[in-house]
Amino acid sequence: MAADFAWIRPEPQGIYLLPADAWIDPSRPVETALVTHGHADHARGGHGRTVATPETLAIMALRYGVQPEGSEPVAYHESVTLKGGVRATYVPAGHVLGSAQILLEHAGERVVVTGDYKRRPDPTCPLFEPVTCDIFITEATFGLPVFRHPPIEDEIAKLLSALALHPERCVLVGAYALGKAQRLIAELRRAGHDQPIYLHGAMERMCRLYEEWGIDLGELRAVAGVPKGAIAGHIVVCPPSALNDRWSRRLPDPITAMASGWMRVRQRAVQRNVELPLIISDHADWDELTATIAEVNPKETWITHGREEALLRWCELHQRRARALALVGYEDEDD
Amino acid sequence: MERFAALVDALVYTRSRNTKLALLAEYLRTTPDPDRGWALAALTDGIDFPAVKAGTIRTLLDTRIDEVLWRLSRDYVGDTAETASLLWPEPHHAVAGPPGVTEAVEVLAGATRATAGERLAGLLDRLDPNGRYALLKLATGAMRIGLSSRLAKVAFAQAFGVDVEQVEEFWHGQSPPYAALFAWAADGAAPPDAEAVPLFRPFMLAQPLEETVVDMAEFAAEWKWDGIRVQLVHVAGQTRVYSRGGDDISASFPEMLDALNIPAVLDGELLVRGSHQGGEAGGAASFNALQQRLGRKTVSKAMLADYPAFVRLYDVLLLEGEDLRPLGWEQRRVRLEELVPRLDPQRFDISAVITAANLDELAEIRARARDDAIEGVMLKRRDAPYVSGRRGGLWYKWKRDPLLIDCVLMYAQRGSGKRSSFYSDFTFGCWDGDPDAGAELLPVGKAYFGFTDEELKWLDRFVRQHTVNRFGPVREVDRSLVFEVAFDSVHVSKRHKSGLAMRFPRIHRIRADKPAHEADRLDTLRAMVAD
Repeated sequence: MAADFAWIRPEPQGIYLLPADAWIDPSRPVETALVTHGHADHARGGHGRTVATPETLAIMALRYGVQPEGSEPVAYHESVTLKGGVRATYVPAGHVLGSAQILLEHAGERVVVTGDYKRRPDPTCPLFEPVTCDIFITEATFGLPVFRHPPIEDEIAKLLSALALHPERCVLVGAYALGKAQRLIAELRRAGHDQPIYLHGAMERMCRLYEEWGIDLGELRAVAGVPKGAIAGHIVVCPPSALNDRWSRRLPDPITAMASGWMRVRQRAVQRNVELPLIISDHADWDELTATIAEVNPKETWITHGREEALLRWCELHQRRARALALVGYEDEDD
Repeated sequence: MERFAALVDALVYTRSRNTKLALLAEYLRTTPDPDRGWALAALTDGIDFPAVKAGTIRTLLDTRIDEVLWRLSRDYVGDTAETASLLWPEPHHAVAGPPGVTEAVEVLAGATRATAGERLAGLLDRLDPNGRYALLKLATGAMRIGLSSRLAKVAFAQAFGVDVEQVEEFWHGQSPPYAALFAWAADGAAPPDAEAVPLFRPFMLAQPLEETVVDMAEFAAEWKWDGIRVQLVHVAGQTRVYSRGGDDISASFPEMLDALNIPAVLDGELLVRGSHQGGEAGGAASFNALQQRLGRKTVSKAMLADYPAFVRLYDVLLLEGEDLRPLGWEQRRVRLEELVPRLDPQRFDISAVITAANLDELAEIRARARDDAIEGVMLKRRDAPYVSGRRGGLWYKWKRDPLLIDCVLMYAQRGSGKRSSFYSDFTFGCWDGDPDAGAELLPVGKAYFGFTDEELKWLDRFVRQHTVNRFGPVREVDRSLVFEVAFDSVHVSKRHKSGLAMRFPRIHRIRADKPAHEADRLDTLRAMVAD
């Protein structure tokens, strides 16, 4: 089978498309890069030509200061034809703003690279769409059966009730600056929370970008310069790294929360000094991963970045052909 | 079970002692009997289901999930009960609502080895992941959520506005679900009957002497031994050993259970015998030796032979049906001196009284005492009754002056709780030779107190400005800051590269004025080794 698909090759630094001389989410600068989404471990600067959704290109421009060289926007459901007759179509992945799966077609063979994805509705990006293919290259960040994310409504309710219970304190939520933070805020708004939400400086520009792309986040305020007392009773969002940093001393006795799929495991939360773990993830959980493989029903499944071993075992138990790829540079500990 | 599960979760994530107390008190106040009693027992390891073991969970999960997926998950999560709570497949058939704590306890208590798995499965099917976690922890008796039995008693007292010392006293006669205890505290019923039960009586405690001057005509002095304070209780043919916090540690010291057969409640210091040069009564080994014996559920013959325990008696509270607590210390001391010859000399001796005309003379005797098993001296008012807790003016502790050494700060780590944004745990070292001739610093200890809040802010800033390396939460700093470190004693240790371990080190003074190369060398510290 692999011989038939000789045009696509997993390498340690990314997935390489031979006829097109192009890479998907390469970890090093290359001539042509197809980027699934804007997270730093997938979208790096310095490529000769970057093909991605307009949203992803905007995110990259914000992060790297300038529009990537040779930016080539491809909207959802649109295609671009690369060298050697490889056609790439961008399909919503439901992970963060602009995130896409990339369907690759060559000589009648179809391969889907999911990038990172989830199956649940997210007010900040369109829903994942399953695409029929021969080879399905899936992520496996939460590829262990212990990871089952509860409904986000339950987690948001937990956050709001902690806030209501301690009006003299604030709730400080550690959330990944791209995607998680905005989804959290949008879900809080959906739950009817219309109070201003305070932001760590590192969050502000990305939130503004989301708003420019039409996602309403309600009233956002910077923490900087606001007296302690004014923040009591409010939600503050910061990057996970700032949770226990000096920065947090300016806040009124914060309840430390973190929005992450890893919070499912108590010890992970305790290690990070988290008092209020919120199990909110932008990645597919175990049930979503296995259900998606079953639904897409590919001839072969390639598993990458994450806990490949358990998903591989599941494929074996369900008589599905599968292999684990050893790609480097994918770390998403904060999600 | 949902409220119990929510409580367990909240306790896991809460670091503040006061918040833990408030959470537990609220639960106890608002939960009906007998649920709250069973919950309390589960949280304080007071409950045991002999038919349910950790292996029961493993065997049960083998029937529900692939063994490879189980192993991978268990390796990642690191805790069997938690892994199982997360992996448990949702039932496909309709199930009853979540079981209450009492129902769960009854189902498990009635289980045999053969039915335990099936009964556990029936309960798991009816719970969500947090409920399953709480159930499995309850079933296997391994809560480990940082709740001591003392803390539970304080919470109990707080919940119902009763005296914690009374809670301590009544608690030990009761078994789960503590119906009589709740009836007394919550509903004002008569206190539980404590006859013929080996009850713990709250200890009388001392306050630091500090600047107080006492008249030696009114006070008696005795050594303060460096073991663990225990209470031995013998009644109706049963003996118990209780620790300072009221924990029953009888299982760790079986030799003491056989040694006491006179109905009595005795207060003393538990020590182990060593070859080491002792005080006047002789033979107490260092605290290090005693540590070999602590926290064991079963004790091997070799342990008993190598580290035999004995109790050095301080006081007698009850004797052969008579409550001696209202008597003055002097009268109790006479009764104790009469009692000791009737006890097994292998297992009991008496803490000697020190004769000193005045405090200065006592200070001199105290300073000369370098016996490792001596922590300092105690001053007890001759006419003081035995009252629980720390009452002013009755008992004082006067610890030996600490030893001091100048060390160099090497590493700093962030603290926890309120200190989580501060570098507040400090590792320091001494030179292994002449620093001007290229000697290295070797870590000799770690301390996280001894400084004021202002000094902590200064230290935190110092660490951030002098960082040369980072290892996760730990920062290595350049070798420029000298601490004067105070400690009680220093011992040879194979675990540390320097070969030395300090007991109770604390930052005594920050010597920002002293150049690092003038800090002390290891030889100096080695010369202070006591054992």
